[in-house]
Amino acid sequence: MTVPRRKKVMVMLALLAFCMPTPWMPARAQTLVADLSSHLIAITTGFTGTDVVLFGAIDQPGDVAVVIEGPETSQTVRRKDRIAGIWINNETLKFSHVPGFYGVASNKPLDALLPPAVAQRHEIGLDHVRMLPRVDADAATVAEFRAALIRNKQREGLYGTEVGEVVFLGQRLFRTSISFPANVPIGLYTVSVYLIRDRDVVGAQTTPLAVSKIGFSADIFDFAQHDGLAYGVMGVLLAVGAGWLAGSVFRKG
Amino acid sequence: MQIYLPIAEMSVNVFWVLGLGAMVGFLSGLFGVGGGFLMTPLLIFIGVPPAVAVGTQANQLVGAGVSGVMYHWRKRNVDVKLGLVMQAGGIVGTVLGVLLFGMLQRLGHIDLVISLSYVIFLGGISGLMLMESVRALFRGRRKGATRGKLHHHTWLHGLPFKMRFPRSRLYISVLLPVGIGFIGGVLVAIMGIGGGFLLVPAMIYILGMPTTLVAGTSLLQIILTTGVAAVLQAATNHTVDILLALMLLVGGVLGAQLGSRASGYLKGEQARALLALTVLGVAVKLAVDLVLTPDDLYSITTTAGPK
Repeated sequence: MTVPRRKKVMVMLALLAFCMPTPWMPARAQTLVADLSSHLIAITTGFTGTDVVLFGAIDQPGDVAVVIEGPETSQTVRRKDRIAGIWINNETLKFSHVPGFYGVASNKPLDALLPPAVAQRHEIGLDHVRMLPRVDADAATVAEFRAALIRNKQREGLYGTEVGEVVFLGQRLFRTSISFPANVPIGLYTVSVYLIRDRDVVGAQTTPLAVSKIGFSADIFDFAQHDGLAYGVMGVLLAVGAGWLAGSVFRKG
Repeated sequence: MQIYLPIAEMSVNVFWVLGLGAMVGFLSGLFGVGGGFLMTPLLIFIGVPPAVAVGTQANQLVGAGVSGVMYHWRKRNVDVKLGLVMQAGGIVGTVLGVLLFGMLQRLGHIDLVISLSYVIFLGGISGLMLMESVRALFRGRRKGATRGKLHHHTWLHGLPFKMRFPRSRLYISVLLPVGIGFIGGVLVAIMGIGGGFLLVPAMIYILGMPTTLVAGTSLLQIILTTGVAAVLQAATNHTVDILLALMLLVGGVLGAQLGSRASGYLKGEQARALLALTVLGVAVKLAVDLVLTPDDLYSITTTAGPK
C-alpha cells in the first residue's frame, strides 16, 4: 500500500513542477532562485511536527519575503452570545478559499518593505490573507469575524503569530526556517518567495510542498476514509479481542 | 514517547493516554459503569476533536465492557435475558442518536448539546443518587432502623407486555427495559458514554433489580449498544481513531480489572455515593463552563477541504 502512495506523491510533485507559473515574474533573466530542504512532509506514526529550511540566492541586493500557504478550505466562524444565562453559538459567517495554513517571513518588518496595496496584491502578511466571506455582510462584521478566524487559527498553531525571520548570509544568499506543527493539514502547499526592491515586488518564485500521511498512520487513515464500515467492524473486533484477552489473563493471574 | 493519531490528527504521549485509560478503567470497574462520562470530556480537554472523542470512546467501551462482563459472568452476576431485551431498545436509540449527532454537527450546536446533556443527565441523576445513598448510609449507622417497604407498586407495574426475568426475580413490562435501553443508546451516540451512570440507577429504582446483578447486566447491554454506535460512527462520520481506542483499551482493561476487584471492598451504598460525587463533579465543571464567559466568543469549524 505504501508504494502506490509514494508514486502518487511523486506524480503530484512532477505535475506541480510543470504547472508552476509565476505570474509576477519579470520577463528578464531569473533574479531569484530558492528551494526547500524537502518537498515532502511525511506524517508518520512518530510525527510531532517538523521544520523545513528554505534557502536561496538573489543576483542583486534586495529584500526577501516568503509566504507559505496551505491547501484551501472553507471555514465557518461562529460567535457565542449569552442566551438565557448560557453561551450559545449565535451569529455565523462562512469563509471560502481560506488557506488551511499560513506563515510569512521576511528580512525586515513587512510595513517597511511594502505599501499595503502591494502586500494585498500578493497576499503577504496576515492582514492580507485571502478569505472570501460567503454572504454579503457589512464590512465591520466581516472584519470582526475575519480577525476571529485568524485568532483561532493562530491558537491551533496553523497561522504564524509573528513574521518569521529571513536571514541573509552576505548580500546574496538567504535562508529561513518554516515550522509545521503536528496538526498540520494534509495537502499541497505553495511556498512563494518574493524579491522586493524600492517598495515593490520585482521577482517571485513558487515552490510546491506536499504534506502527506505516509506508512502505518496513512494506511489507517485511508482505510477509515474509504471503507468506514469495514474499519468500524475491525475496530469493534479489536476491542472485543483486547477485552477478552484481558479478562482471560486476569482470571489466571 | 509521542505517537501521531491518524484520525484525530494530533500527536499525543503514549504513557499519558495509557494512564488516562487506566484511571478511568479503574473507576469503571469499581462502579460497574463504562466510565465514558469521564473519558469523553477528558479527551476533549486534551485536544481531541469532540466528534472523534465520542466516536472513539464508543469503540473503546466495547472492549472495557467485554472484560467487565467476563468478570461478573464468572460470579454469575449477569441477567442475560434482561440484558438482551434492553439491547433491543438500545440499538434503535443508537441509530437515531448517530443521525441526530450528524444533524446537530451541521447546525453547529453539537458542543452545546453534548455539554447540556452532561449537565442535565449527570447533574440530575448524581443528585438523586447522592441523596439516596446518604440516606442509606445514615440508616446503616443507626442499628435497628426500620426498613422501607420491600416492593412499591406504581403505575409502572400496570404497563402491558409483561415478561418474566427469572434471574432477577422480576415480572415486569417489556416496555421498561426496552425504554431504558433506548435512552442508553441515544446517550452512547450523542455523549460518547455507555450510559451506565443512567442504566445502573434506572435498573435499581425503576426495574427493581437486585443490586448484585446490575453492574454485569448493564455492561452486557453496553457492549452491543456501543458496538453498534462505533460501527455507525466509523461508517458515517469517520470519527473512530483505532490507535487512540486501543491505547485507551490497554490502560482501561487493566484498570477495570483492578477496579472490579476493589469493588468487593466497597459497600453498595458507599460505591454509589462515591460514583454520585464523581459524576456530580463533572456536571458542575461543565455547567460552570457554560455560564462563564469563554476566553474567545468565536470558534471555527472546517466545513470543506482538508481538515
